[in-house]
Amino acid sequence: MSVKDTGSVKKKAKKETQFRIVMGRLSKNKTAMLGLYIFLAEVFIAIIAPWIIPYDYAYMDYMNLLSPPSATHLLGTDAMGRDILSCLLYGTRYSLGIGFAALLLTAIGGISLGVVAGYFGGTVDNIIMRCLDVIQAIPSMVLMIAVAAALGTGFVNTVLAMSIGGIAGAARLQRASILNIRNMEYLEAAESINCSKVRIALKHMVPNAFAPMLVSFTMGTASTIVSIAGLSFIGLGIQAPEPEWGAMLANGRAYMLDYPYLVLFPGLAIMITVFALNILGDGLRDAMDPKLKD
Amino acid sequence: MKRYIAKRILWMIPIVLGVTVLVFTIMYFVPGDVAQIILGTNATAEELATQREIMGLNDPYYVQLFRYMENVFLHFDMGESYITGLPVVEQLMARLPKTLLLAVMCMLISVLVGIPLGITAAIHQNSWIDRTCMILSLVGVSMPSFWLAMLLVVLFCVQLRILPASGDSSFIHFILPTIAGSFGGIATQARQTRSSMLEVIRSDYIVTARAKGVPERSVIYKHALPNALIPIITVIGTSFGHMLGGSMIIETIFSINGVGTYIITAVNQRDFPVVQGGVIFLAIAFSLCILIVDAIYAFVDPRIKAMFTSKKGGK
Repeated sequence: MSVKDTGSVKKKAKKETQFRIVMGRLSKNKTAMLGLYIFLAEVFIAIIAPWIIPYDYAYMDYMNLLSPPSATHLLGTDAMGRDILSCLLYGTRYSLGIGFAALLLTAIGGISLGVVAGYFGGTVDNIIMRCLDVIQAIPSMVLMIAVAAALGTGFVNTVLAMSIGGIAGAARLQRASILNIRNMEYLEAAESINCSKVRIALKHMVPNAFAPMLVSFTMGTASTIVSIAGLSFIGLGIQAPEPEWGAMLANGRAYMLDYPYLVLFPGLAIMITVFALNILGDGLRDAMDPKLKD
Repeated sequence: MKRYIAKRILWMIPIVLGVTVLVFTIMYFVPGDVAQIILGTNATAEELATQREIMGLNDPYYVQLFRYMENVFLHFDMGESYITGLPVVEQLMARLPKTLLLAVMCMLISVLVGIPLGITAAIHQNSWIDRTCMILSLVGVSMPSFWLAMLLVVLFCVQLRILPASGDSSFIHFILPTIAGSFGGIATQARQTRSSMLEVIRSDYIVTARAKGVPERSVIYKHALPNALIPIITVIGTSFGHMLGGSMIIETIFSINGVGTYIITAVNQRDFPVVQGGVIFLAIAFSLCILIVDAIYAFVDPRIKAMFTSKKGGK
């Protein structure tokens, strides 16, 4: 019993140090930290959005249609007189919300499929991998459009459309990293003390194969946010009057020749979010790369 | 080598069949009455019933699926558009050249600009040149291409008035779509080239080459680049495939009458045979790209070649 206890303590300590090493390296990377701060700030904005927006996002100021940025409307108003700043701030909820929900679904689906395929191997692996081949044979944007066209618009449907392609990619990656650790001694040890397969998969394999997934999830969320905007832009995804950034771009498109700020600000919002996630992802990858330990 | 490629071609068949089943199934379960879409809201119940009977919509799922697969793969027929009544395959083929032209131009620009940019960044690792290149390419990766497209229209068509904002009749019309579509590609190529060059530059044979006194230029271009090319080719291949699909939104912004515009218009009109056909069509095109990449791989990478030329063969 005591041996087991020491083992678990040691393991815990090791895990913590590894996490600390990665975080320590990450905190030295100023660019990555900038990304992290921008991202956290956006999450904060998304949470407190209803209380900080100067106007209700659906409120139409008929006296100020298409008014350029001014003191009353800091970023101007759109063709319906809606305050663009308010829409942008509230829109973080959609981009980040759908991004997170899709990430969660992708992670759960991808990790479980990947673990099952990688750990059990054989026919199960073959069937799963061939299904993934089929899904990945469709370019991701095309698949998203097809699924969104079939399911219709709205939050939940958009999340589903975003995750299906992602699950295939995540499962493949997870399987690869499971195969990497498949023959490690600690798994053999767990098997030899008669751990159940489910326990081995959940307690030993998933945590140890998680590192490469984290980077891909960060980058994946970035590209999901662009895709959400793309879907909404072509009339799928989230539609006006909901203040989704892509939907705002689509609405502004008709007036962009005379009022370029209508498309400038929502695009900037998307770009800043995606940029932040990308530099964070880059930083995470460097921090986790054992080759760059110095 | 031939065996390898033949194997890859054969492998495409189940994938394409699988894609067809998947796409058909997704579209099959779309809520809404097809007969209603075709005949409009004024149709009587009898007319709707007849239409359903004619189209075989009352048949079970698997009967409809097999009929569709038979039509697609034996007769090259993907059905007719609900809205225009024109055959989908014909329409797709008519629009393919424009989509291909755009995708090829985007690819060329991203390779021609992205790879040198990545090499420059890798050679000058951690200098200001490297940092500028990488920040620029991060911006490029982060910028939605359809947003860039709109900004370009505002700048070049409205402010400067030097380029047309929409249309596809001449080469000039493709300049802005190409810039918008290749920006992300340039960034991706540059990032990939830089990281795979850096990986190669650290290896022993590069140190050996330098120790032998090989000039730096030929170390980079003769020793490092060919070895760094393999992961770069993968990125080129897959991003070309994605570009076929990803430039859909750009096509609609610039009113280019390509496959993308066709599919997106169909999505908004609930014209499902077109969406279904278009998606399968793009998936086949994408698989072909991957196939070509694999063939190029076998050509450039002696390890793969060796696997199939040795007596044992087989992977």
